[in-house]
Amino acid sequence: MIERLVHWSRVKSPWVLHLNAGGGCNGCDIEILAALMPRFDLERFGVQLKGTPRHADVMICTGAVTLQNRDRVLRVYEQVPDPKFVVAAGACAMAGCVYRGSYHTLVGIDQLLPVNAYVPGCPFRPAALIDAVVKLLNSVK
Amino acid sequence: MEYKVALGPQHPALHEAVSLRMTLDGEIIRDADLKLGYSHRGIEKLAEERSFIQNIYLTERICGICSHSHTTCFTQGVEQLMELVPARRGLYIRTLIAELERVHSHLLWLGVAGQEAGFESFFMYTWRDREVVLDILEWISGNRVHYAMNTFGGVRRDIDELQKKKILDNLGLLRQRTDYYLNLAASEPTFIGRLAGVGKLSKEQAIALCAVGPTLRASGVPMDVRKDDPYAVYDEIPFEVCTADSCDVLGRAVVRVKELIQSYNMIEFILQNLPEGPFKVKAPRKVKPNEVYSRYEAPRGENVHYIKSNGSDKPERLKVRAPTLANYPATIAMLKSGFIADIPLIFAAIDPCICCAERLVQLDNPRSGESQVLSFSQLRSMANAHYKKIDLTKKEAAWPF
Repeated sequence: MIERLVHWSRVKSPWVLHLNAGGGCNGCDIEILAALMPRFDLERFGVQLKGTPRHADVMICTGAVTLQNRDRVLRVYEQVPDPKFVVAAGACAMAGCVYRGSYHTLVGIDQLLPVNAYVPGCPFRPAALIDAVVKLLNSVK
Repeated sequence: MEYKVALGPQHPALHEAVSLRMTLDGEIIRDADLKLGYSHRGIEKLAEERSFIQNIYLTERICGICSHSHTTCFTQGVEQLMELVPARRGLYIRTLIAELERVHSHLLWLGVAGQEAGFESFFMYTWRDREVVLDILEWISGNRVHYAMNTFGGVRRDIDELQKKKILDNLGLLRQRTDYYLNLAASEPTFIGRLAGVGKLSKEQAIALCAVGPTLRASGVPMDVRKDDPYAVYDEIPFEVCTADSCDVLGRAVVRVKELIQSYNMIEFILQNLPEGPFKVKAPRKVKPNEVYSRYEAPRGENVHYIKSNGSDKPERLKVRAPTLANYPATIAMLKSGFIADIPLIFAAIDPCICCAERLVQLDNPRSGESQVLSFSQLRSMANAHYKKIDLTKKEAAWPF
């Protein structure tokens, strides 16, 4: 009974942590914010943006991971309570985008963390992010 | 008693990775230090490996909010190197996109300032209106964030009559909303009470610390590259340089709202006076050996690109000085003798764009004082060696800087 309740609440109100992995261009970050704003309104699916990783269920990562920021990204990931889901949002988080081949970035965040969903685009449209979150929640069901 | 507090690199109040270290005396900040480098991607080195036309797309991705600023700055620099005169219609469209970008960036900033001041509904209002500008940009370029409009000799897409009409219709709505914000910024007592007197930067300090953009203009210095050193078609467009004398965060908000209104006027003027003719001219692939220094007034302040060419189709050196970097010394001065609760507000007031500011490649050897140029693979191995050297277990114990 309680397990079902926990599962229901997890699917109905996933709390989201927005993590800038460092080496992005900010374009994805403003599109994530735009997805939470009145026009797209991700909150109608119960999604709420949280400041601290300890409150979050889903981690939305944008940008290529810079070497300087690598350990911090891992620390933040460890602070998110289980079960946790990672969304790699944008071309940089997926495969490095234009920074591919740079001496200071990793090619994709999946080299560092297990990723549950990818959102392609440079940057993706807010609608694509909503699609990814809904698909992720359906897979959790 | 004085104690030290760390903020960032991952912190709810800062949206990007930057680290602040403050020495506090009770609630009052006595000293502040910024630690950068979390967002370093090595763009300047990447630029040396790519051709000029590929670099337009690379410079666009220096920053997502002022993407057009960086490409325009780079493009007009390379056009000077090529001794190419761009198409006039192309220049007008380029300026139109630049002003639309300023509108979207300032609306974004107003929202963030509202949020940091605890005025959430203002945040929602401005971001709703920002969608109108993004729609206009999408009609013109097909993209919401990276417009990819610039090319050497002009722009990549033209504007037709229907688009012109649509833009003018939407501009009316934006004007109406901005007038409301201006009244709000001038009359809402709680908003004014939160912003006034916070983050003081006197006129003398602003000049001495080389502040740029709205931060400088809010300290009463009427300095704007569009007026002082006109590029594109700014010498043909009538506009005023907006300033404020209050030297605080409120002044910076007022300057940005006034600039919004100036930008609407300029967009209207451009659409009514759009010259006929081609929107781009053919550009050569190779560039003669030379060097150029290109200036551009981005929404955050003066953006500078230094480009050196060596006769091939790739730049020998690209140096970018983004406005946020120029505003850091002023930020430290603003933070001193402020309160802890004002940090996000003061920091947000320069409209920081961390990803703009971080691309440096260290070429000087600090021990011998010699300057050397490193190859890409050398830099990569240096970076890997540096991060292997750091003992991870030990780092967990100390402050995670």
